[in-house]
Amino acid sequence: MSEPYKNVFKEGAISSDFIANSIAKHQSKTDIGAHNIFLGQVRADKVDGKAVCAIEYSAYEEMANKKFHDIREATFDKFNLTCMHIYHSLGEVKTGEICLFVFVSSPRRKEVFKALEYVVEAIKADAPVFGKEIFEDASHQWKVNS
Amino acid sequence: MQIDIKYFGMLAEITGCDSEKVESEIQTVADLQKVLLDKYPDFKNKDFRIAQNQELVALETKLTGQEIAVLPPFAGG
Repeated sequence: MSEPYKNVFKEGAISSDFIANSIAKHQSKTDIGAHNIFLGQVRADKVDGKAVCAIEYSAYEEMANKKFHDIREATFDKFNLTCMHIYHSLGEVKTGEICLFVFVSSPRRKEVFKALEYVVEAIKADAPVFGKEIFEDASHQWKVNS
Repeated sequence: MQIDIKYFGMLAEITGCDSEKVESEIQTVADLQKVLLDKYPDFKNKDFRIAQNQELVALETKLTGQEIAVLPPFAGG
């Protein structure tokens, strides 16, 4: 199994600079009329009085990159998109930081609203990514998508 | 047949390793599930799925021995 698929993973949190630069790069693509962006942020859930302070992400990277590729292909088939970008964190992301960045662009707004929800739900359901929720006292539990 | 199995997340925590080789007369995914439950009793309380060649597979699927992974619930995003 070689690596024919694009790597969506980035070590650590996705910075607001990185997101801003991604938006700026699209200014030359003047057939685009609408962007839509999803940012997943690590939430300080409380469990038994203890707050989550970070999530440590790991993944079955080869399979995940293949799944992200499949999701991308299915989304382009379903919706009229000009381009799409997906980035997911690996390793530790603190509460309040961004762990998922999905960016879809189209000539028209209606497509990006539908496409973005489709992509995010598919990622949650199909991508083999695992999250260890770390509490303030260094104990942990494993996150499960609901 | 020797099978190379990868473990992730809470399952790797139980096995104490990310991957291992298992020598067994395993034919199907259901057989592998049984071997895992015998070897790691703590798997009984866990929800897990098995992937072969990077695709989730059903219990009746025949094992080919290539790239087997045991996956806990997904938590991306």
